Amino acid sequence: MIASDLTVALPEVLLAVFAMAALMAGAYGGKDKLAVPILWATAAVFVLMALVIGVGSYETRTAFGGLFIADAFAQFSKLIILISAAVVMVMGQDYLTSRNLMRFEYPVLITLAVVGMMVMVSAGDLITLYMGLELQSLSLYVIAAMRRDSQKSTEAGLKYFILGALASGLLLYGASLAYGYAGTTQFAGIISTIDEDGMSLGLLMGLAFILAGLAFKVSAAPFHMWTPDVYEGAPTAVTAFFATAPKVAAMALLARVVHEAFGAVPGDWSQIIALLAVLSMFVGAIAAIGQRDIKRLMAYSSITHMGFAMVGLAAGSAQGVQAMLIYMAIYVTMNIGMFAFILSMSRDGRPVTTIDSLNQYAKAEPLRALALLILLFSLAGVPPLVGFFGKFYVLWAAVEAGMIWLAVAGVIASVIGAFYYLRIVYYMYFGVETDPLDSAMPPIQSGLLIASAAIMVLGVVNLFGVEGLAAMAADSLVR
Amino acid sequence: MLNLLSIITFTPLLAAAIMALFLRGNDEATDTNAKWLAFIATVATFLFSLILLFGFDPQDTGFQFVEERDWIMGLTYKMGVDGISILFVMLTTFLMPITIAACWTVTHRVKEYMIAFLVLETLMIGVFTALDLVLFYLFFEAGLIPMFLIIGIWGGKERIYAAFKFFLYTFLGSVLMLVAMIAMYVDAGTTDIPTLLTHEFSAGTITLAGWQIVGGAQTLMWLAFFASFAVKMPMWPVHTWLPDAHVQAPTAGSVILAAVLLKMGGYGFLRFSLPMFPVASDLLAPLVLWLSAIAIVYTSLVALMQTDMKKLIAYSSVAHMGFVTMGIFAANQQGIDGAIFQMISHGFISGALFLGVGVIYDRMHTREIAAYGGLINRMPVYAAVFLLFTMANVGLPGTSGFVGEFLTFLAVFQVNTWVALFAATGVILSAGYALWLYRRVVMGEMIKNSLKSITDMDRREKAMMAPLVVMTLLLGVYPAAVTDIIGPSVTALVDGHVAALAAYEATTDAAVRLAQN
Repeated sequence: MIASDLTVALPEVLLAVFAMAALMAGAYGGKDKLAVPILWATAAVFVLMALVIGVGSYETRTAFGGLFIADAFAQFSKLIILISAAVVMVMGQDYLTSRNLMRFEYPVLITLAVVGMMVMVSAGDLITLYMGLELQSLSLYVIAAMRRDSQKSTEAGLKYFILGALASGLLLYGASLAYGYAGTTQFAGIISTIDEDGMSLGLLMGLAFILAGLAFKVSAAPFHMWTPDVYEGAPTAVTAFFATAPKVAAMALLARVVHEAFGAVPGDWSQIIALLAVLSMFVGAIAAIGQRDIKRLMAYSSITHMGFAMVGLAAGSAQGVQAMLIYMAIYVTMNIGMFAFILSMSRDGRPVTTIDSLNQYAKAEPLRALALLILLFSLAGVPPLVGFFGKFYVLWAAVEAGMIWLAVAGVIASVIGAFYYLRIVYYMYFGVETDPLDSAMPPIQSGLLIASAAIMVLGVVNLFGVEGLAAMAADSLVR
Repeated sequence: MLNLLSIITFTPLLAAAIMALFLRGNDEATDTNAKWLAFIATVATFLFSLILLFGFDPQDTGFQFVEERDWIMGLTYKMGVDGISILFVMLTTFLMPITIAACWTVTHRVKEYMIAFLVLETLMIGVFTALDLVLFYLFFEAGLIPMFLIIGIWGGKERIYAAFKFFLYTFLGSVLMLVAMIAMYVDAGTTDIPTLLTHEFSAGTITLAGWQIVGGAQTLMWLAFFASFAVKMPMWPVHTWLPDAHVQAPTAGSVILAAVLLKMGGYGFLRFSLPMFPVASDLLAPLVLWLSAIAIVYTSLVALMQTDMKKLIAYSSVAHMGFVTMGIFAANQQGIDGAIFQMISHGFISGALFLGVGVIYDRMHTREIAAYGGLINRMPVYAAVFLLFTMANVGLPGTSGFVGEFLTFLAVFQVNTWVALFAATGVILSAGYALWLYRRVVMGEMIKNSLKSITDMDRREKAMMAPLVVMTLLLGVYPAAVTDIIGPSVTALVDGHVAALAAYEATTDAAVRLAQN
């Protein structure tokens, strides 16, 4: 039934075909002259696919004999991935063009990475999982090192590749153990084996290795070491991409694996995830205090946020998955706003990333400073901004699951984390006057900055209905 | 008017939004417009709140003017007032126009300053009107953002340290409360405050990590709430953020901080700790009583030695808040009446004292006590007003300061004589520091050359002080104006507390008897 299988995976197939076509167009057309049109076309295709998925069916459908699952959970994750990828790409176009980094491979690689992510969140089998993950990772390794003449960028790409390959190895080893002890690579098969024969030691080892590999991909402590360097070294437009869609995909994949394959034994993995969550929250919060570079700071901030999202997962319930999805949606929105701003940070045309360059920014640009202030307080989780509700959901899920200690650890980490967000506010509003940043900011970037800040304020009313969608998604995953 | 509470709460926010979006320009005219817009908005809010006051029925101990709408994740947007909260709303709306008037001399970033205060007013009123746990938390915490900016942008020399200390201290206190709130939600299945007030939280002894916790879940939740409210109040020994914040904050910021923000802690004890966790409150009352007594004596002693006027008044605020916590956890009619009365009256008195410091600070740009002396020679009106509020701060009969202190002493004496005795010495000390401050600043010969050309209060400053003078004297001679409104609700609160304790003792007695058999 190849035709019906293909309809289930239609968006992925179309995107892959589009990537090939774009590659051809770029290679045989005008090389980098076509880069900007291809980028816009890619963004348009992403949005189109998001629409197709958004209005399409949320029924659970499987294809290729269970290798590929399209359910509400996958659809929800894909929506966030596609929209955020489109937005981030459009947002960074100006930055890349003005720095001569705009190559036609960039949108093509992003498209391939996005296909990989979509396969990841739809994986119903360890093989599909690995395929999607590698497609994503390999594309990302390349774009991390896109600025070839910069030592830092090259270093970032190499570091990312080596550590990423190590993580993939761990994951593959875990997958082979799981296969060996369950006799199947399908999630449905693994869970029925556990149901019948219980959790064997080999499966447990496999689970641990798979979790370690995935923890690397979501940059959870103690597997976070690559994050600050890659964030700092990669061109800012690429960093913005790293901080958004891949995180959602990896987190969704993590949720899928633990619930679909190991859902019968939540006790075994929820401890591991809780530990990863606590470590991430504290490592991210404490290590960020010493950072002076805003990109490194955002790297540690993302580590903390992944920790919080994992608090939701650790709850091991549908509620926890819902909380995680809402958290990720909010996290992505905040990061788009933050990076829209970071992309525009420059002085005399050269990019600057130190946070003290923001001194007295509020005086020069009151509106943007206000938007940034809102985003920073939202990242810190201060009510009434939407960032608070993300934290509230995951804490709620944790308490509901009886993990009060985890919730307490989370809130304490959030206080520590508040300090470095406040420090940026301090530079903007209370700092001493220094050379101002360039005031020019492409309209797309300033628009996105202000829009995401507005969402943080207006979302208080009903979170734009994300709650219901996320609940549906979570219910399709956790049965 | 069905949405009266929402109107009162969000009028200032609306004005702030209008100001942010439509008021452009950097010239003096814009600044003046911003000030007038803020003033008109706060006066309008006060007028709306008068409708609330006249429409309020004190005999009804339930919540009135209730509005309810569905919100996300099973929470509700629910607002309402009862006898305990209505006067705090009134206090806030009454003081805000005065506070805005006190900002009239500000020249630095006026528009933002006004926006910050208007947003702050919305959040403060929201704290007192919210009837949903999470909605309350939202308002309670959000107030930190404008206050952080007010201290940080418009504050004194050490403002950055003070702003960070203020924010992180109070944030840390509150997040534990958030966890407790979630635990309450999970336990009771609702965040509706009226329902939670009737919900019985388990008080059976539990063992946690080898520790026997008497009062169980109630004790843990009580402690989490206590962490938040004690910092906000602030109680000794977690009061250290207050002097820093007060000294560095601009005058209007100090007024709001002392007059309204500190009351949130006391209100929280009355709304949550006492009625929702009666067993834990009873168990831990001695702790609070002694902490309060220590606070009263210790901070009064510290106040004696201050050389900075604002710091002195800040410490005196901590001492006065000690009376409040003492009264609340005496948990009888006089105590709670007295605590609420003390909070309202302290709102007027401390507000006026900070305004008074602001008046001379605007002229001399120093708060050092040693820089002043003999002001009575050139500022007779100021000397008279300052004398009145100094006396009210000491608790002179005839001023509102006396009633609150007297009632709380009366209450604590019935519960714990030693605490009452110990705390009473604090009253003597408070007379000491307040009168000494007055003598050093206002009395004597004017020998400092720098003061020779100082002018008395102008019309704006007199107009600012006049309502506060009236209220202080009015409540001093006619305290029933307050107690008539709060009385029935307080009685209901105390009866509920006593009943809950009796029920708990009955069950534990039964359990003990069962165990003995």
